[in-house]
Amino acid sequence: MKNVMSNKFVITLYVLPALILILLLIYIPIVLTGYYGLMDWNGIGKMKFVGLDNYIELVKDKLFWQSTWHSLLLGLFSTVSLVGYLILSLILASKIKGANFLRKIYLIPMLLSSVAIGQLWAKIFDPTNGMINRLLTIFGVDNPPVWLADSKIALYALFFPIVWQYAGFYIIIFYAALKNVPEELIEAAKIDGATSIQIAYKIKLPLIAGVIKVMVILAIVGSLKYFDLIFVLTGGGPNHASEVMASYMYSEAFSKYNFGYGSAIGFGLLIICLVMTWLIQKLLSSKEVEF
Amino acid sequence: MSKAVMETKFNTTLSAPYKTSKSLGSRIGYGVLYVILGIIAIIQIYPLIWLLLFSLKTNQEVFGMSPFSLPQNPQWGNYAKAWSAGHIDVYFFNSVLYTVIAVVLTVILASFVTFAITRMHWKLSGLVLGLFMAGYMIPLHSTLIPLFNIFKSTHLIDNPVSVILSYVAFNLPITIMILAGFYKTLPREIEEAAVMDGCSIHRIFFQITLPMTIPVLSTTVIINMIYNWNEFVFVNTFLSSDKWKTITVGVNNFVGQYLTDWGAIGATLMISIIPVLIAYFILSDRIVEGIAAGSVKG
Repeated sequence: MKNVMSNKFVITLYVLPALILILLLIYIPIVLTGYYGLMDWNGIGKMKFVGLDNYIELVKDKLFWQSTWHSLLLGLFSTVSLVGYLILSLILASKIKGANFLRKIYLIPMLLSSVAIGQLWAKIFDPTNGMINRLLTIFGVDNPPVWLADSKIALYALFFPIVWQYAGFYIIIFYAALKNVPEELIEAAKIDGATSIQIAYKIKLPLIAGVIKVMVILAIVGSLKYFDLIFVLTGGGPNHASEVMASYMYSEAFSKYNFGYGSAIGFGLLIICLVMTWLIQKLLSSKEVEF
Repeated sequence: MSKAVMETKFNTTLSAPYKTSKSLGSRIGYGVLYVILGIIAIIQIYPLIWLLLFSLKTNQEVFGMSPFSLPQNPQWGNYAKAWSAGHIDVYFFNSVLYTVIAVVLTVILASFVTFAITRMHWKLSGLVLGLFMAGYMIPLHSTLIPLFNIFKSTHLIDNPVSVILSYVAFNLPITIMILAGFYKTLPREIEEAAVMDGCSIHRIFFQITLPMTIPVLSTTVIINMIYNWNEFVFVNTFLSSDKWKTITVGVNNFVGQYLTDWGAIGATLMISIIPVLIAYFILSDRIVEGIAAGSVKG
């Protein structure tokens, strides 16, 4: 029996095709991006080795740190909005009639492409004919904001479609986790006279702390990777007001043909994602001990 | 058993007065909750209804009338225009083709890997599984420039193979994650008996294990389909000819060209989202399950 199930040839045959694919298309490019960052290169001609020049420039680049800050800000907003999603999930999971139907409705935007969502919201935000400003005019607002065209609020306006897109996703996950909390524990607490808020705070939330932690990581690291929606809605503008790391990398490489510098930004993005993942895990694991 | 009876007894004696004293308050409370939940549902769904409405309107109606009015004379011509003038027919076909090929490849390769890792015995299985899982954390944009260069030097730029291979590679981690969670709950006895009977490993995989995983396979197929159908960056970066583009990129280009024709833009967007909405309408339970399984297990 051991022989059949540890046949080296079969194992190689089964694992190798997929392994080659992820090595070739994920892991080798990750290393290459750091290497290309050492080059002066327009994507077509020959690469010229320039040492750490690109990385030194990156560290001094105000635009890079500004776009990093924007990415982190989106991550912060997403994390704060997790509180709202948690409350909604607690309500939905407390034997509400129609909870299943409601969470299915909430999830719908998540299934659409970020491009479709972006183009739809471009119309919703349209200063004269968009849904929001038409509503505001009906309610008597004289000079409604121009939303995405206003460099002061463009980044914050982007957060509406982001919440709209992802709310259902987080609610589905929290709901599933809450449904796994053993019923006996809640019943026992009820017998002891605990209120539903106490039950939520003292029993349900600590029990799903692991899932909450994963979702915080997903919200922050996911925000650091935002691209499609921002690319479609603002392209990082106006005047870099909504630029994030991925959109900055993309425009440097594929619009300005600074492939060397673009690679350095891409490598910076990778490092920041990994550091943030590690940092959140560290911060939240020390907190978990309290429970 | 007696404990359970005790509990229910306690429950009835204690909770009965508690319920009656609070019934009016809690009823109002529930009413408020339902209103809030309902408003959120409307916020989630209304932009799509608004999209459907303006996809059937003329520009005069969009600009001149209330955004909440019904189209006076539904302009189905907007859809015809989007379908033919915007090459949406070609893009639609490409999207279907790439999605189907990539999903089949991803699910088969992921099943092979998951079987080898969870069922067969070898030293490096843990390490290899970790390698696949960690792929989930890598930001795809960091790989974009090297991928572009790799595909360029292998003459795969402006060739759908580059996009399909990228879909497969980047969806393998999540697919293996979902499959591995299911494989661990599957009983091994049937496979062990088959080994005793002298069954070959390939027959065990294809005729015993794979059929047992059909429920989870369908979940991964749906998740993969949605991801691939909606994908944007790879197609936008690697493919430049109109004949190869997919609907996501096509929609984006179309909107760029017909900036002010709201009806046609709305129709294009509707065409791009209708397949996903239909799939969701039929398979919503599986999709919800798949999304919950895919991320919690990670």
